[in-house]
Amino acid sequence: MPNLTIDGQKIEVPAGTTIIQAAEKLGIEIPRYCYHPALPVAGNCRICMVEVEKQPKLQIACYTPVAAGMVVKTTSPKVLEARKNVLEFLLVNHPLDCPVCDQAGECKLQDYYMEHGQYDSRLASVKVKKEKKAFSIGPTVMLDQERCILCTRCVRFTDTITKTSEFGVFDRGDHSQLDVYPGKELDNKYSGNVVDICPVGALTDKDFRFKCRVWYLDHTKSVCPGCSMGCNIDIDWDKSRPHTEKKERVMRLKPRHNPDVNNYWICDSGRYNYHFIDENRILSPQYLDKIVEWGEAMERVAETIQSTKAERIGVLASAQLTNEDLFVIRKLFKDTLKAHVDFRVPEKPGDSDDFLIKADKNPNTAGAASILGAQADAQTIVQKAKQGELDLLYVFGHDLVKLFGKETVAQIAKKTKLFVFQGSNINDTCGYAHLNLPSSVYAEKDGTFTNCQQRVQRIRPAFFPLGESKGDWEIVSFVAGQLGAPLSYKGPQDVFDDIVKTVAGFAGMSYEKIGDQGMILKK
Amino acid sequence: MEKVLTRNFGLENSHRLETYLKNKGYQAARKALTKMTGPQVIDEIKKSNLRGLGGAGFPTGMKWGFIPQANPKPKYLVVNGDEGEPGTFKDKYIFEKDPHALLEGIIITCYAIASHKAYVYVRGEYVKSMQTLQAAIDEANSSGYLGKGIMGTTFDLDVVVHPGAGAYICGEETALLESLEGKKGFPRLKPPFPAVVGLFGCPTVINNVETLSCVGPIIANGGEWFAKLGSPKNGGNRLFCVSGHVNKPGVYELPNGITLRAIIYEHAGGIPNGRKLKAVIPGGISAPVLTADEIDVKMDFDSLKAIGSMAGSGGIIVMDDTTDMVWAAMVAARFFAHESCGQCSPCREGSGWVYNNLKKLYQGGARPHDLANLPGIIGNIGGNTICAFGDAVTMSVGSYVSKFREEFENKIKERVCRI
Ligand SMILES: Cc1cc2nc3c(=O)[nH]c(=O)nc-3n(C[C@H](O)[C@H](O)[C@H](O)COP(=O)(O)O)c2cc1C
Ligand code: SF4
Ligand code: SF4
Ligand code: SF4
Ligand code: FES
Repeated sequence: MPNLTIDGQKIEVPAGTTIIQAAEKLGIEIPRYCYHPALPVAGNCRICMVEVEKQPKLQIACYTPVAAGMVVKTTSPKVLEARKNVLEFLLVNHPLDCPVCDQAGECKLQDYYMEHGQYDSRLASVKVKKEKKAFSIGPTVMLDQERCILCTRCVRFTDTITKTSEFGVFDRGDHSQLDVYPGKELDNKYSGNVVDICPVGALTDKDFRFKCRVWYLDHTKSVCPGCSMGCNIDIDWDKSRPHTEKKERVMRLKPRHNPDVNNYWICDSGRYNYHFIDENRILSPQYLDKIVEWGEAMERVAETIQSTKAERIGVLASAQLTNEDLFVIRKLFKDTLKAHVDFRVPEKPGDSDDFLIKADKNPNTAGAASILGAQADAQTIVQKAKQGELDLLYVFGHDLVKLFGKETVAQIAKKTKLFVFQGSNINDTCGYAHLNLPSSVYAEKDGTFTNCQQRVQRIRPAFFPLGESKGDWEIVSFVAGQLGAPLSYKGPQDVFDDIVKTVAGFAGMSYEKIGDQGMILKK
Repeated sequence: MEKVLTRNFGLENSHRLETYLKNKGYQAARKALTKMTGPQVIDEIKKSNLRGLGGAGFPTGMKWGFIPQANPKPKYLVVNGDEGEPGTFKDKYIFEKDPHALLEGIIITCYAIASHKAYVYVRGEYVKSMQTLQAAIDEANSSGYLGKGIMGTTFDLDVVVHPGAGAYICGEETALLESLEGKKGFPRLKPPFPAVVGLFGCPTVINNVETLSCVGPIIANGGEWFAKLGSPKNGGNRLFCVSGHVNKPGVYELPNGITLRAIIYEHAGGIPNGRKLKAVIPGGISAPVLTADEIDVKMDFDSLKAIGSMAGSGGIIVMDDTTDMVWAAMVAARFFAHESCGQCSPCREGSGWVYNNLKKLYQGGARPHDLANLPGIIGNIGGNTICAFGDAVTMSVGSYVSKFREEFENKIKERVCRI
């Protein structure tokens, strides 16, 4: 473990560590364009040059390994001068169309210019023109060759992470151009990540282009609900214009670094899967064709429960719900009422690969299994409902029409006294249910999901539930209250603390301990 | 003076195996393979003070010594025949006039470093060179000088010719390796150096064609003999390529350490029409230009370095007093702007910027600040790049501006438009 000094601070790091990594451990961020911790080092941008004592030339921090006794300076006059000069070179042919560039506000050219540049332009001739500006290179991404600083991050991403190699650098010198290979498109399941790693506005996301200036965005840490991988994400939403004319609050989703789960990446289907948050929502409780108050809706559920027996109540919970939602469902329906409860509906497995994408498209299958166990069986519950053996069927989110067919669902509506659908978005099943209850989506929820690695991870509410919708745990608690068996949780964290006490795998956990990296369930 | 590299150039059919054999051909290789060990060969090369004639002047014996013999991977020899440096045209003569001398050098080198495969990377435009070399390889293969069990020994060697595709940067050794591997010719980050991680990730020696052509005579006559031909630490003769304003342009074999004045006036016939010498590039376009006052310099790596230039590839470009040095600088800059591989920011953006600036100065329309800024912009490229190309831009183009400053200033004062 070599000992070295960086800017006067001593540090010991494992052999093979580079200067940029060692500095990071001391909280010193050395500027970088081409360096990305998850990609092979290219060493081409030269912005990371630092002074190493006894070396005549400046060294690139992203490539130079530490050595025992090394003395590094990252802010000496020589270093600052070199940084400024590299920036000048990078900007000499740059179009500087920041006013119409999506990257403005989170652009490393802008940031470093403000920090280290601040010189007057010495360019007295015309800039090099490149061919492709605002050019579509595939279903998701637009390319602007003039904004590209040729750091090759995108090239290395498609070479080493997706191994699809769509990108190359063509031509030479200041006419070098980043492009997709002739006849190729950037069309892979992780294409959107190139937009995140591009340090400038050369690669922009079609889905986000011109939608919102990034300084209007607020960021909420969450977990992608798209599959059981549970990739960590940031929900970027517009804080200044809640619920705009287009009725969308979420502007984009970005991967959030978690080395144990998704590293820096998310798949495209997760990335672009947010429109449902503001589209096609159930906004108020509805009984038959009539909008009703929450009180009346809850009264109807309570009445039905009171007037029947446990074996005539069926509940289809869902692995889309949080652990907290599921625990409250368990408390009321399983522990107190002893009804039939299951979550495992017969879903077709989705697509999957050997990287992030999992066939199970539910974010919380592992959590549902640990909390609800597996006594009842969803298929049997549906059969019972169809044959008139249930008075109450309470469905959380599932589209039964898609899963079991119209006939079955029509029969259920006929044969049950009360057929409840509780969910966030309208689907075909809503038309058959007697009572529709609006619940919030994950982006409006506080709680936890347990991913396929058995990792319990936090999600946080970005904004308030839309319309009259409420958290699932809250609605179920409401029912319990109407039944005179109140579950007096103050909020999801309170529910979680009870899970920790009750469900063995969660022992020792807390919101604080879960933190941003998550915690693995105990066996 | 004893001819070493050009000893066979004047013979009829000098490129044929038959001719080569009649003139002591392949005797040095036989000596090495049958009477010497690899380390003994390396020692002899070290004694000879042979230095890389591709441009950098790195001691050849030392380079071979870096090959880790304990490494279980195959070892490779890569022969640099890209000859891209403007002003340089010597390797072409070797390919076409004495290819077997090169092959003999390749055999001895491969034996010394325990390599069984050599690649010769030839400048793409050198079609005749490639044909002559390939014919020589075929002759050697069918006569037992290459292939399996060379000259009755147990040593095997396969030599492959590979054409370049017209990029100057592919002469830089690591870009060459990338190119050989089928990739775009981008120089690699160093370390690791090719001796440890080279072609296909294996230990590799890269040497220039001329460097390897010296190896046979060294083994035949001994390292000390070769060292004595040249100047201290710069063994042997080398091929100087003289072009530009001289009466007799051409390739001259002369000892390291001869003065530049002697080359220009005694060997290349002096400046035509009684005009005066103004400037000389002593070692290919990458070498900083010298003024007429500096030509008493000894032509070897150390002496040229001492006066701020370099011996480089031996390409001497002579300019008389009719030469516009702003134009000369612009032409050099145009070459660099065209040939920068574009990988690292200072060189990619800087080389084009410098060229545009010089073009403006030459064509008219430049303002005093254009000239005032120029040295700074040029200076910010070198020392900050992945390969030595960036240093060459700074050293070479910078030298015109600093040594002929007045001519640049006059361009601004004249306000002539040359578009
Ligand atoms: C930009 C650049 C171009 C080069 N071009 C050539 C070339 O055309 N031929 C050559 O032999 N060496 C060339 N070199 C030098 C090689 O990198 C390398 O040093 C040489 O081939 C080593 O052989 P030597 O030790 O026998 O000289 C070039 C170097 C640079 C930086
Ligand atoms: S990439 Fe950055 S510097 Fe360039 S136009 Fe966009 S915001 Fe401006
Ligand atoms: S498009 Fe972006 S990521 Fe790709 S090389 Fe250019 S600047 Fe780098
Ligand atoms: S210095 Fe120039 S030629 Fe060398 S790697 Fe950088 S851009 Fe390419
Ligand atoms: S970050 Fe080190 S060279 Fe680009």
